[in-house]
Amino acid sequence: MAIWNNYGMNRRHFLQHMATAAATVPAMNFLSHLQANAAQVKAAQKACILMWMGGGPPTIDIWDLKPESKNGGEFKPIDTAAPGVQISEHMPETAKVFGDLSIIRSMSTREADHNRGRYYMQTSYVPNPTVIHPTFGSVVSYEIGRKRTALQIPAFVSIDGGAGQAGFLGMSHAPFVVDNTGRIRNEPSDDAKSRLRPRLTMLEEIEKGFMGSGRGELPEAHKDVYANAVNLMTSPQMTAFNVERSEPGLGLEEESAAVRDAYGRNPFGQGLLMARRLVQTGVPFVEVNMGGWDLHAGVFDALRTQRLPQLDKGISALVTDLKARGMLDDVTLVWMGEFGRTPRINQDVGRDHWAASWSVMMGGGGLKNGQAIGATDKDGTSVAEGSKQYLPGDVWATVAYAMGIPVNTVHTSKRGRPMALANGGTPIQELIG
Amino acid sequence: MVSARADIRTTQPKHEPQGQMDIDLERSVTTIWRRMSRMTARILNYRSFALTTSGLACGLGFILQLAVPVSGLMPVEFSGVVQADEVGSAAKAKAAAKAKAAIKATDDKSSGEQASETPAAGSLVELIDQQIRQGWEENEIQPSEMASDEEWIRRVYLDVLGRIPTLEEAKSFVADEDPRKRTALVDSLLENEDYVRNMTTIWTNNCIGRGQPDRVSRPGMEKFFREAFAKNRPWKDIVVDIITGEGRYDENGAVNFILAQMQMPDDGVQLTAATTRLFLGLQVQCTQCHDHPFNKWQQNQFWEFNSFFRQVDKIDHRKLDPQTQRMVDDYSEVVWRNFGGPVYYEKRSGLMQVAFPKYMGREVDQGPETDRRKELAKLIVEPMDGETPMIAQAFVNRTWSQFFGYGFTRPVDDMGPHSPASHPEVLAAISKEFEASGYNVKELIRTICNTEAYHLSSRVGKDNAIDNPSAGETPLFSRMYLKSMQAEQLYDSLIVASNAHKAGQGGWGAQEDQRRVWMQQFIVAFDNDENDESTTFNGTIPQALMMMNSPLMDKAVSIDRGSFLFETLNRPGNENAKIIDLYVAALSRQPTRGELQKVQKFLNGHPSGNKLIAYQDLFWALLNSNEFVFVH
Repeated sequence: MAIWNNYGMNRRHFLQHMATAAATVPAMNFLSHLQANAAQVKAAQKACILMWMGGGPPTIDIWDLKPESKNGGEFKPIDTAAPGVQISEHMPETAKVFGDLSIIRSMSTREADHNRGRYYMQTSYVPNPTVIHPTFGSVVSYEIGRKRTALQIPAFVSIDGGAGQAGFLGMSHAPFVVDNTGRIRNEPSDDAKSRLRPRLTMLEEIEKGFMGSGRGELPEAHKDVYANAVNLMTSPQMTAFNVERSEPGLGLEEESAAVRDAYGRNPFGQGLLMARRLVQTGVPFVEVNMGGWDLHAGVFDALRTQRLPQLDKGISALVTDLKARGMLDDVTLVWMGEFGRTPRINQDVGRDHWAASWSVMMGGGGLKNGQAIGATDKDGTSVAEGSKQYLPGDVWATVAYAMGIPVNTVHTSKRGRPMALANGGTPIQELIG
Repeated sequence: MVSARADIRTTQPKHEPQGQMDIDLERSVTTIWRRMSRMTARILNYRSFALTTSGLACGLGFILQLAVPVSGLMPVEFSGVVQADEVGSAAKAKAAAKAKAAIKATDDKSSGEQASETPAAGSLVELIDQQIRQGWEENEIQPSEMASDEEWIRRVYLDVLGRIPTLEEAKSFVADEDPRKRTALVDSLLENEDYVRNMTTIWTNNCIGRGQPDRVSRPGMEKFFREAFAKNRPWKDIVVDIITGEGRYDENGAVNFILAQMQMPDDGVQLTAATTRLFLGLQVQCTQCHDHPFNKWQQNQFWEFNSFFRQVDKIDHRKLDPQTQRMVDDYSEVVWRNFGGPVYYEKRSGLMQVAFPKYMGREVDQGPETDRRKELAKLIVEPMDGETPMIAQAFVNRTWSQFFGYGFTRPVDDMGPHSPASHPEVLAAISKEFEASGYNVKELIRTICNTEAYHLSSRVGKDNAIDNPSAGETPLFSRMYLKSMQAEQLYDSLIVASNAHKAGQGGWGAQEDQRRVWMQQFIVAFDNDENDESTTFNGTIPQALMMMNSPLMDKAVSIDRGSFLFETLNRPGNENAKIIDLYVAALSRQPTRGELQKVQKFLNGHPSGNKLIAYQDLFWALLNSNEFVFVH
C-alpha cells in the first residue's frame, strides 16, 4: 500500500470512491471513523484568522483618529466597549465588541511599496534576493498543520488572496487559494474519482524515475502537492468551503440566511464566514482578503460608503459568532495591510503610502484584549515619543505565543542559514499579560 | 574552434550505454578549455582537438565545414529566410564580413592574434563559455554532462517556441545524424511562427499582465508584438514605439503598455516605475517616497524620470449601444497632454521639491513644446559612461533568464551597483554585441542557445550540487536548472501532445482565445495602484486539480475519433511501438527498458480489462508527471 501512503490515500473514506474496493468497507465503519476525526479536531483547535487589507488601509481614519489635527480628515472618534479606547464613528458594531479586540497604534515598518510591504508584513523579513521567506500562514502550516493528521484539507487557506509563498518550507505549505464563493475549481467527477487508483499507480511509477535522476527538490515537491490535492479532493471536509452544505459528522451546518446576512453579503463577510467553518474543521491558518484600500483619491467617500460598513459588519459578526461558539479564546485575529496611509491628505482627497506610523488590530486568541497599545504623535506622522515601536515580527510572535508555537523556534533555509521564527520578534507584553 | 566544440555538442551520445569514448571526449573538452585561455594557441589546440574527436566527427572535411558560422551570426543558408528582418542590410553585410573574417582566421594559423581584433565567428559564444567555465574552476566544480538530444530538444522547443515538440518533430530530430543539427534547429525554430507566438505571449504578459486591466486591449498589444517579432524589429525600436506611443489602442497596439499603467490617476507614477523596471532593469518605485536604500537612485531622480511622462493623457471613448440605447465602452486612446516646466513632489520631511526632465544626468528642455517622451527615446539608447545602454542590458538579462531560469542579477529587473551581476563580463559582452547587432533579438537568442551552458543536462553532476540557485546560491550555470512551465507553455504543450490543434479544433487562432479564457481561472488581481497580480498557477493545489480533473485534461486524453490516442492506438504496429509513441509525445523521449516492462504489466493488469482505458490512464499519468510539467 506504499502508493496510497505517498498520495495521502491511506484513509478509509477514500475507498468509498473506489469501485474496486467499495464492497470491502462497511458504511458504518466509514461513519464512525469520521466522528472520531471530528473529536480529534476539536481538541486541537488553535487557529489564526488573518484579515488582510490589500492596498494599505488608512488606519488614521479607522483605529487612530486625530480629530484635533489638520490631518484628521472627516471622521469623528467614538467610544468602544473597551474603556478609554476610541475608534472611527463608522465602526459602531465593532466598537461594541472591542472588549475582545486590541489595537497596536505604534507600528513602524519602513516598507511603503506594495510588494515589499506585503512581503515584510506577512513574513516579518525584508525582501532578499537570495531567499524566499515563508509567509506566516506557511509557518503555521509547517508547525501545526503537519501535526493535525486528521486534517485532510490544506492547513493554510487563503480566501481571495494568493500572494504569500511558502519559500524554504516547501510548496506543500503554500496557501491554498480559493475565492469567497468557496467554489473549488476542477473538482473531480465521480467517474474521475473511480479512475484515480490505476492512474496514480502509474503516475507514481513515472515520477519515481525522474525524482531518482538527480534534478533537485522540485520533482519531490510536485509529488507532495499532488498528495495534498488528492487528499483534498476526496475529503468530506471539503464541505467547509461551501456555506450552503452541511456535514453533521464534522459539526458543519448549512449556514442560515440570518447568519450570512450578519456577516454581510459581500466578499469579505462571506470570506470570514467561510474562515470560521474552516477553523471549525481544524484548519489552523486562514487568510481573508479585502482589497480596495489603495485610496490615493477620494478616501473618505470610499470609506464611508463602502469599505468601513463592510469591515464593521464582518469583524463584529465574526467576533460575536466565535464567542458564541466558545471558539474565540482559541482563534487569534489579526487585521493588517501592507502599510498605513499618509497622515497628510493629498490634493485628490486621498492618502498615499505610509509605513512610519500606523496601526494593526488583533483580537481573540486568549489575549488580554480591550487595549490600545502604543501611540502616534498629535498629527499621526510618527510614533509618539516614549512609545515602543512595533514590527511585524512582534505581531507574529504574539500569534505564535497564542497558538502554542514556541517563540524561539528556528527554521533552516535551503542554504543552511538559521531563520528565526517571526524574524526573532517578541510577543507584545501588554497582550500576553 | 568554437564551431568545433559547438558541433561536438550535437554529436550526442545515444541514450545508453555511456561508453569510454564519451568520457574521453569530456576530458578532452576540459583540457582544451583550460588551454584555450591562450589566444595564440587557438588553432593548434583546435587541430589536436579535432583529432581526438575524429572518431566521432570524421576528420578534416568536418573541420572546414565548421568554419561556417554556427552562432552569433546568420548562417548563409538562412539568409534568404531572414530577408524580411528589419534589422537591416547593414547588419547583414557586417555579419557576412565577420563570417568571412572568421573563415580566414581559422584557415590561416598565423593570424591568431589578428583574429582577436577582428572577432571570429562565434567569438561571443566563446567568450561566454570561457567566462562561465572560469566560474566553475573558481568554485572547483565540474559541469553536468551534456544533455541528450531528447532532453535538449524538449528544452529548446519550450524556451524558443513555448511548447514541447510534436511526436514527429522529436522523432526526426533524434534520428537526424547531421552533426550540426542542434545549431540548425535553433535557426529553424527562430523562423517558426510559434517563436513569434511565444515572444508575443511573454512580452504581452510583461507589459499588461495576464489579467484584464481596465481599458486595455490585449489583442492590440498582441498584434503589436506579433508584428514586431515576426519582422525581427530591433528591440530599441520596439521600446521607443512603446514609450512614445500615441493613438487608439486597437490601431497602435503599443499604447496598451501605457494604458495598463494608467489604471488610476497617479501623475504617471506607475508608468515611471513600470518603464524603468521592464525596459531599463531598474527598480525605483520605492524612490517616489524616499531615496533608495541600496542603490544610487534618489527621490529626485524618480521624479525627474517621472516628468518625462507628464505629457501623457488618455481618453476613454464611449458609444451608444443601439440595442439597449445605453452608453457602453468604446475604444481608448493615448493622447498628448500639454505640460511644461518642472514637477513637484514632497520629501518625507514634508518639504516640497521640484524636478526637471532628466535621465541619467542628461536634461532636456523643460518647455511645453518639447516632446519629452521623444527626447527620452533618444536618451535611452545613448551609451552612458562608455557602458552599453540599460535597455540593451535589461533585455539581455531578461532573455538570458528566459532560457536559464535565472538572469545575471536577482531579480532580473533590479540591476545596478547594489545588485552586482553574477557574470558581469558575460552580461557586458552580450549586451555590447546586442547593441552592435542593431538590437537583433533573434541573434541574441541564437547566441544564448549556442552557449555550452545551454547544452548541459539538468541532472546534477558528480560535484556540482552546490550550484543551486534555488537555495539562494549565485548561479554558476554548470547545469540546466529546472523551470516550472508557465501556464501558457503548459496549455500549448497539452495541445501539442494530444494533437488538439490538428483535430479540427480551429487551429492556433482559436486555441489562443480558448487559452485566454482558460488562463483567467488562475489570475488573482491585487487591486492596487501597481496593478499587481499573481497566479495560482504556481505548482500548488489548484494547478494539480486542473491537471488531474479539468476539461482540458479530459480533452488531452480523449479517445474519441480524431484524438491523438485514437489515432495512435489505431495505427498498425505492436504494443511497444504505441507505448513509445505515447512517451515521446508527452516527454520527448523513449521509455527505458525497465519502464517499458512496467507499462506492459500495467496495461495487461488494468482493472478495467479494457486496453483503450488502460492506455488512456497511461497517457494521463505521463501528462501529470513531474517530468512533463518541468522544463529541464
